[in-house]
Amino acid sequence: MTDVNQSASSTVAVTINGVDIDAHQGELLIAAAERNGVYIPRFCYHPRMDPVGMCRQCLVEVDTGRGMALQPSCMLTVSDGMQVDTESEKTKRAQEGMLELLLVNHPLDCPVCDKGGECPLQDQTLAFGPGESRMVEEKRHYEKPIPISDIVFLDRERCVLCDRCTRFAKDVAGDPLISFMQRGNETQVLTFPDDPFNSYFSGNTVQICPVGALTAKPYRFRARPWDLEEVESTCTTCSVGCGVAVQASRNELLRYQGVDVDEVNHGWLCDKGRFDFESVSSAERLRTPMLKNPDDAAELVGTEWNSALNAAADALRDRSVGIIGGARLTNEDAYAWSKFARTVVGTNNIDAQLADGLDATMIASLPKATIHDACSADTVLLIGPDLKEELPVLFLRLRGAAEKRMTKIVEITTAPTGLTRYAAESHTSTPGALAHDVSNVLDADPSLTTGRVVVIVGRANLAASPSEVEEAVGVLQRRIPAATYLPALRRGNVMGAIDMGLTPDLLPGRVSLEVGREWFENAWGTVPDAAGLDTAGMLEAASAGRIDTLVLLGADPIVDVPDRDLVERALAGVSTIVAVDNFATTSVRRADIVLPASGYAEKGGTTTNIEGRVSALGQLVTPPGTARADWMIAAELAYRLGGDLGLESVGDIAAEIATVVPSHLAPTPELSPETLLEESDVGDTSDDDDEQVPVVPSIDVPAPAGWVAPAMSEMKPADSYALRLVARRSLYDAATATAMSPSIAHLAESAAIRIHSSELARLGLTAGDHVNVTSSKTTIAIPVAPDDSISRGVVVMGVNQPGVGAGELIDLRSAVTEIQLETR
Amino acid sequence: MSFFNDENRKLADEIVARYPRRRSAMIPLLHLAQEQAGWITQDAMQEIASLVDSTPAEVLGTGSFYEMFKFHEVGKYVINICGTMSCQLLGADDLIHHAEERLGVKAGGTTSDGMFTLERAECQAACTEAPTLQINYRYKYRVSTTDFDRLVDQLAAGALVDEIPQHGVLARVRQSIPTDRSVGAADPADENEPPVWMISGAQLRPEGGGA
Repeated sequence: MTDVNQSASSTVAVTINGVDIDAHQGELLIAAAERNGVYIPRFCYHPRMDPVGMCRQCLVEVDTGRGMALQPSCMLTVSDGMQVDTESEKTKRAQEGMLELLLVNHPLDCPVCDKGGECPLQDQTLAFGPGESRMVEEKRHYEKPIPISDIVFLDRERCVLCDRCTRFAKDVAGDPLISFMQRGNETQVLTFPDDPFNSYFSGNTVQICPVGALTAKPYRFRARPWDLEEVESTCTTCSVGCGVAVQASRNELLRYQGVDVDEVNHGWLCDKGRFDFESVSSAERLRTPMLKNPDDAAELVGTEWNSALNAAADALRDRSVGIIGGARLTNEDAYAWSKFARTVVGTNNIDAQLADGLDATMIASLPKATIHDACSADTVLLIGPDLKEELPVLFLRLRGAAEKRMTKIVEITTAPTGLTRYAAESHTSTPGALAHDVSNVLDADPSLTTGRVVVIVGRANLAASPSEVEEAVGVLQRRIPAATYLPALRRGNVMGAIDMGLTPDLLPGRVSLEVGREWFENAWGTVPDAAGLDTAGMLEAASAGRIDTLVLLGADPIVDVPDRDLVERALAGVSTIVAVDNFATTSVRRADIVLPASGYAEKGGTTTNIEGRVSALGQLVTPPGTARADWMIAAELAYRLGGDLGLESVGDIAAEIATVVPSHLAPTPELSPETLLEESDVGDTSDDDDEQVPVVPSIDVPAPAGWVAPAMSEMKPADSYALRLVARRSLYDAATATAMSPSIAHLAESAAIRIHSSELARLGLTAGDHVNVTSSKTTIAIPVAPDDSISRGVVVMGVNQPGVGAGELIDLRSAVTEIQLETR
Repeated sequence: MSFFNDENRKLADEIVARYPRRRSAMIPLLHLAQEQAGWITQDAMQEIASLVDSTPAEVLGTGSFYEMFKFHEVGKYVINICGTMSCQLLGADDLIHHAEERLGVKAGGTTSDGMFTLERAECQAACTEAPTLQINYRYKYRVSTTDFDRLVDQLAAGALVDEIPQHGVLARVRQSIPTDRSVGAADPADENEPPVWMISGAQLRPEGGGA
């Protein structure tokens, strides 16, 4: 991956078509020319992959002191005194000749080709082609499109053998499951028989294919490029925050394309992020508010907003309230809900994390690293989840950096991850003993503590208490004081939610309740005194009858909180459940009042990624039915409760955030409230801004909260009869974004418990047998699968795979989850 | 999954150990697989992929570039008759027609007893000896139709078994490096170091001396 920005150290003088340009030392001629406004045609060259000189389309006349000669500009680095002619007769003839040859076998079935209208072959034939062909012979024929995976189709007739998809699969994704087969006229891209191109990143090959050879099932024959409307946005499937172009036609989302954001995704997307647009336009979306049928508790009956909001307001008035969720929201939504909870409901019981994350104060106070920092650090210490499964594009970036030896990955993990293969060191950790294991690894190799160290910190095991991670961070802070941290929390805008105060201990701007009280009392009028409860605390309180109303703010605790029993008791213990969501999830179906929220690409705003980078969310389609933006729901509820958030549009909220939230006091220009006001189609965007946003110049800006690491606790001795459970997430699981997207829903593997084959033999089991798994909570039946990469004494299970989830077995209060397996 | 027999599996590990990177052993292992089965089966490619830390797609992609790796079943003896200029002028077409009649298969086909595969080949670089053919890549020069019949009879009767091994066997003498003389594979991480011959040259040069 040629990084233009990083090689900008010195310049060389190059002349292109008689014009002097400044090119960077080490830059490829084709890139330097493009940067200076001279487009050289190309098919195989891609700025994020190493050049191969495969298609020869970029031939130009170059003189490096030995006279003019045709050279492929994608394979040539600029040098001082280089003379280039991209318009000479010879260059023109070469480029025309290449196109004539590429079209020898190309079927020219453009009228039925999905690429038509956005096809580099079409465009460049028009711009640089000969206009006619001398070939009269029959073209090569292959079976038209063959599926090479569940999602991607290959039409070999259209292929021009540019090596982009195969190079991507091998060099970028690390999944060389497609390759050139045969040679000469027979050369074709294929998979191995019966070994499909099952890569988490396969959709990228469709986007970078310069012809219509690769097409993706969700978009095949759905639209023509000239019928598409487009808005640039940010993917919120996970919290990496990849740049994405959202495309729709006739008010229906049809496609996401990766946008190259140098700091984040380099143009790549994972398949889940790329194809879960289907869930936005799903017929299952909630279209209208609903109330529980008083005669039949199992049924929700549609109603109009007024009665639903009134009912919800009644449930919130003078009651003990807990609000769970909020990572789905935009920053502006989150701010509105944070303000609503604190000033109108009067509670700090609000938590965007679902007992599957980390201490928000820790996350907010750790010195931050960027993705670039991680990719160029001397050492990346990984004490978090399998990034390939949870933050796939971060995996891609780290994998690329490790392969190019720009960084060294040291992993401390309970079970192998997608990065294990690329890690310089992979240390096995015992569930529950992370802090001790981190300490031991640093003892064994003190060199790991020197140089620039970036720690990627998250929850590798939801069956162990987060305190093991917090203690491990404490060890790292003591041993590597200069280390910076990149939090690996998965949920879409969890970082933005924390920044906006959707967490019991922090007010917007990552300030603690104590430090921020004066500032926010001034800005908001009031801040509740009582300390708030986090999700686990709220669920405990609810099960004990100490919470009357539970608000599920885009949360599905039944499947997401890793303690099913606790959630069930909590839901049974509250008198009213209010759900604000896109779908009737398992938890939403239990609610008394359901308020449909607008979803992705249905509202403008901003989102914050794991680095703390704030980027824009574009609005392109309208919400289904009468669904509304989350901030509007907060504002409506506030009004009914006799309060006033003073927020009437996304622009209003953005403006208030910019004046009130300490960490957002100087927003980046492109995300300023003015831009958002212009771009936002939601709510009142008129300029008669007579309402004053609160300004508090007399008080010192409160400082972000500090965090004190807990001391290392004693390790619980292992029970030699028990196995320790590792509960992890997979990219494709039973969560709504996947489950409501038909193209990827079936890719979720059904639940199984993975265990070393010797343990399996010891128990007299064979693969596929159902076993009874018993923890302190319950016994469940689940099939076993052998996996020799897992240590003995440990079993691995998915948190939310179709079937049965690990949440059934986990007790949030225990440090580790010990289980026993019995044959049935 | 186990394609290689015990002896070849041991050999495969030995071959892999010769290279700084496992991937480099891919083509030698394809030869070994072809030697064992006469052609390269899907099982073989899957096993090679795991031995060289690659994917079956890459193994097939690499192997299928080469004409001499066969990815479909071929006979014990693959007969390549040259059809290029010199051979054609000296009767290659007649020879191929005769071969097709004699074996009862078209060029490209394999006899039903699995003994012979007949192929039309490009120039075999023995134009002075035209018409030529190769049996499992062993040359036969100035082949007449009578010579061809005699060859087929001899092969069928097993008379040439010493001269021409079954398809896939490259050589009967195997490369072997005695352990006491083997320096082992270089460390791939050393690629930024100067080549070994430069280092050893510097050591050989006497102290203070110069060329």
